[in-house]
Amino acid sequence: MEKTLPKIEIIEKYCKGCHICVEFCPKQVLEMQGFVVGVKNLEACIKCMQCELRCPDFAIRVITE
Amino acid sequence: MAFDYDKWIRPGKLPHIWCPGCGHGIVMKGLIRALETLKLEKNNTAVVSGIGCASRLPGYIDCCTLHTAHGRAAAFATGVKMAKPEMNVILVGGDGDGTAIGGNHFIHACRRNIDMTYIIMNNYIYGMTGGQFSPATPTGHKASTTPYGNPDPCFDIAKLAIGAGATFVARGTAFHANQIDKLIVEAIQHKGFSVVEILDDCPTTYGRRNKYKSVIEMMNRLKEVAVPVKAAEKMTAEQLQGKILTGVLYKDETKPEYTAEYAKVIERAKASK
Repeated sequence: MEKTLPKIEIIEKYCKGCHICVEFCPKQVLEMQGFVVGVKNLEACIKCMQCELRCPDFAIRVITE
Repeated sequence: MAFDYDKWIRPGKLPHIWCPGCGHGIVMKGLIRALETLKLEKNNTAVVSGIGCASRLPGYIDCCTLHTAHGRAAAFATGVKMAKPEMNVILVGGDGDGTAIGGNHFIHACRRNIDMTYIIMNNYIYGMTGGQFSPATPTGHKASTTPYGNPDPCFDIAKLAIGAGATFVARGTAFHANQIDKLIVEAIQHKGFSVVEILDDCPTTYGRRNKYKSVIEMMNRLKEVAVPVKAAEKMTAEQLQGKILTGVLYKDETKPEYTAEYAKVIERAKASK
């Protein structure tokens, strides 16, 4: 069965660059791109939602089917 | 599917004022998830706060909200609950607001066992006013007013609440984000005064004075010190040294609830005429 990839939506206006999502992602999907977070490796995402859960700034949404 | 937080946020209020990495945002998300889980009505839910960083929270939540005088959240909330006993009243605040300036209101709300939920975000310091030490600052730790280390012993907020008579006391941390909403749901469902203490991080005024290099280090500390109540039962006193228990710490469903008792007083007064 083909793996369906989620859509990681980052609201750059809200992101304050605290690194929490980058550090606590178990699969290193995210990285800092300047002052805000960006997606580095979407293929590795296991949809655990840890980034969405821990982002204090409401800046990340993991959209799955 | 991503959780829709927008339903409970006032339009145009984000981004919030909290510093990068501040755990208050994580607690607010937990509260929103809890409100959504319980399917509470916006018109029948009041979020009340005092003054402080944590007390800015009602400004962002889209339901009935009250932003009141410093430390007086419990007093105003008691008024709301007495006037409208059917309303779900939730108090939010920090450790300084709740246990120092509002310490008196806090213990007496616990004593009365009035049906409200108090979420205390304990970041060990007065963040908004410049990092003064609070009753929750651990002994020896530095704050702007204790640059050589805090000489005072600190409060254990959960034990204080149990001692004062609260009938539901729980503790969580900002790191264990998925536990926060479960604790708040249980606290709101409980009939009586419930206290949920959430250990939080303040990287700006507490972290940088106490040799935490980053938010991540503060979050990792929360991860290390937290021990769930069930796991703690199997641990020895030595292993528990320096650890903090999390989960539901105390629950008592036998104590009468204040608004119900007051209704009986009204009945008695009417009957005696």
